[in-house]
Amino acid sequence: MSLWLVLAVNSITLGGLLFLLSAGFSLIFGLMKIPNLTHGSFFMLGAYLATSLIARGFNFWTAALVGGLLVAALGGIVERLILRRLAGAELAQVLVTLGLSFMIADVCLMVWTGDPIRIDTPAGLRGATSVMGLGFPTYRLAISLIAVIFAAALWALLDRTRLGAMIRAGVDDPAMARVVGIRVSRLFTIVFCLGAWLAGFAGVIGGPILSVYPGLDGEMLPLALVVVILGGTGSLVGSLVGSFVVGFLYNFGQAMFPELAYVVLFLPMLIVLVVRPQGLFGRQTV
Amino acid sequence: MKRLALVAALAILAAAPLWVGGTYYVNVASQILIYAIFALGVNVLAGYAGLVSLGHAGLFGIAAYGGAKLMSAGHGQVVVTVGGLAVTLVAAAFFATLSLRATGLGFVMITVALGQIVWGVAYRWISLTNGDNGISIGGRPRPFGLSLASPAGFYWATFVVFLAAVASMAILVASPFGASVRGTRDQARRMNALGYHVWMIRFLAFLFSGFWSGVAGILYLYYNQFVSPQMVALTASAEVLLMVISGGTATLLGPIVGAGLVVVMKNVASAYIERWNFVLGAIFVAIVVFMPDGLVPGTVRLGRWGLAAWRPRAPSAVPAPGEDDGR
Repeated sequence: MSLWLVLAVNSITLGGLLFLLSAGFSLIFGLMKIPNLTHGSFFMLGAYLATSLIARGFNFWTAALVGGLLVAALGGIVERLILRRLAGAELAQVLVTLGLSFMIADVCLMVWTGDPIRIDTPAGLRGATSVMGLGFPTYRLAISLIAVIFAAALWALLDRTRLGAMIRAGVDDPAMARVVGIRVSRLFTIVFCLGAWLAGFAGVIGGPILSVYPGLDGEMLPLALVVVILGGTGSLVGSLVGSFVVGFLYNFGQAMFPELAYVVLFLPMLIVLVVRPQGLFGRQTV
Repeated sequence: MKRLALVAALAILAAAPLWVGGTYYVNVASQILIYAIFALGVNVLAGYAGLVSLGHAGLFGIAAYGGAKLMSAGHGQVVVTVGGLAVTLVAAAFFATLSLRATGLGFVMITVALGQIVWGVAYRWISLTNGDNGISIGGRPRPFGLSLASPAGFYWATFVVFLAAVASMAILVASPFGASVRGTRDQARRMNALGYHVWMIRFLAFLFSGFWSGVAGILYLYYNQFVSPQMVALTASAEVLLMVISGGTATLLGPIVGAGLVVVMKNVASAYIERWNFVLGAIFVAIVVFMPDGLVPGTVRLGRWGLAAWRPRAPSAVPAPGEDDGR
């Protein structure tokens, strides 16, 4: 398999993971108008929790679901007890999420030590699958598939259900949504938990590829930020496209310009911010 | 009364190497002053202009990297200092041009992106910045033949720069330009209607802020005689912002108190508390949630409230003696 194909597969896998991470980030940003700087920590915490669950004999998929749920519960507590108190003060909310990310990182360091922990690839997805005469790592294909399934599920949730319609209304015009009787504050909690769950789940799913180590949060958060700025906040399509763009930029950037990998990653984001501040797929909100 | 207190405070600070005891604490004091200069610079934007930057560690680091590169090219201290500051000012102008297209959270995000680019270059562009290994420089400069090699000598040199920074802030705040900066924060549209060039005012405030961040960066380079990507990481930007916010934004004293608090916590407390980052995060959260306007205004308000409770019949229109709102 040629180098380019390997890079492309890795890019798609990273894109899939980033979609899981950034879909929630984007929804939170769209609805609550804040970049949730704990999102990278949720990703890392989910992965760490799963390593402990797996060590206690849970299988990989249960660990991924439960790890995600624990992170979602934490997200709910954060939103209810802290962010809620600061409603309307967006800057304070951002700073609180930054402070919380320091705390979570340090707790993870204390509990799981500084050594990287590998999560084993789940049985049955090891090895390679041959597609059109080419061998692809099975697990990476599985991640791409999971991302596609989640994208479809999220789309259905947002576009086809009553809750989704309420969330979209909240993203577009929270004041008007309140006037017509939608409890926007409850949506905040729901979306925050959902986003935290997706991030935690993504952390576990990404574990076999990335493994878990201190600093993983700080690596994933800027990527999610880039995705959301490229794609536009509150837009699912934007997150999807942005994730794959970032997946490719990151992998190809590292392979072709190893010294300038981060410039390759952040420069497009900067250009988009300057030229089209609402993002490629974002709409100008009221 | 106020002037007397100021003179006394300055005397105590100037004599710090004589009373803190031990070179370790003198070095901590130098660090506090360096970070206080940095925090004062960030405060110009975050406090007076209402533009919160999470990328200022980039400017802090550009100054240090610029200085380190010039020094390893064999230039003297004058070229290193002036060159490092010139590079920082150019970078600050570039940062400002891009980030001032937005205000509020948009501004925050653009500065994060810019800061991360600087970090990426510092971390990955190994032929330029030596990557994770950083750049070491040999020895501290000797301005006017005075040696800064000793902790006390370096402290006094930093103290002089610190005084210049505080004085420039005091002049800025009292000047018409300072008033117009606050005006663009509070009522940008009215300022515009009154004929002020809002963008230019913000741009100049950004340059001023970048300049002092650069000065702090150069001092930090001389202090550590080493630069590494750590210096330009997002956590570094967050840390200095914490200093400004914990002390109290848009006050002169706030960033200094905040710098003292954070540096002391980091250096002294981390010797006793292993989980320093947790404490830092917890303080950050607590201050934002419970004391949103920072320690200095918060304490002043608490003090005022205490005074009022102590003397219930004191005429409220007359300010209590020695009262200082920290501006």
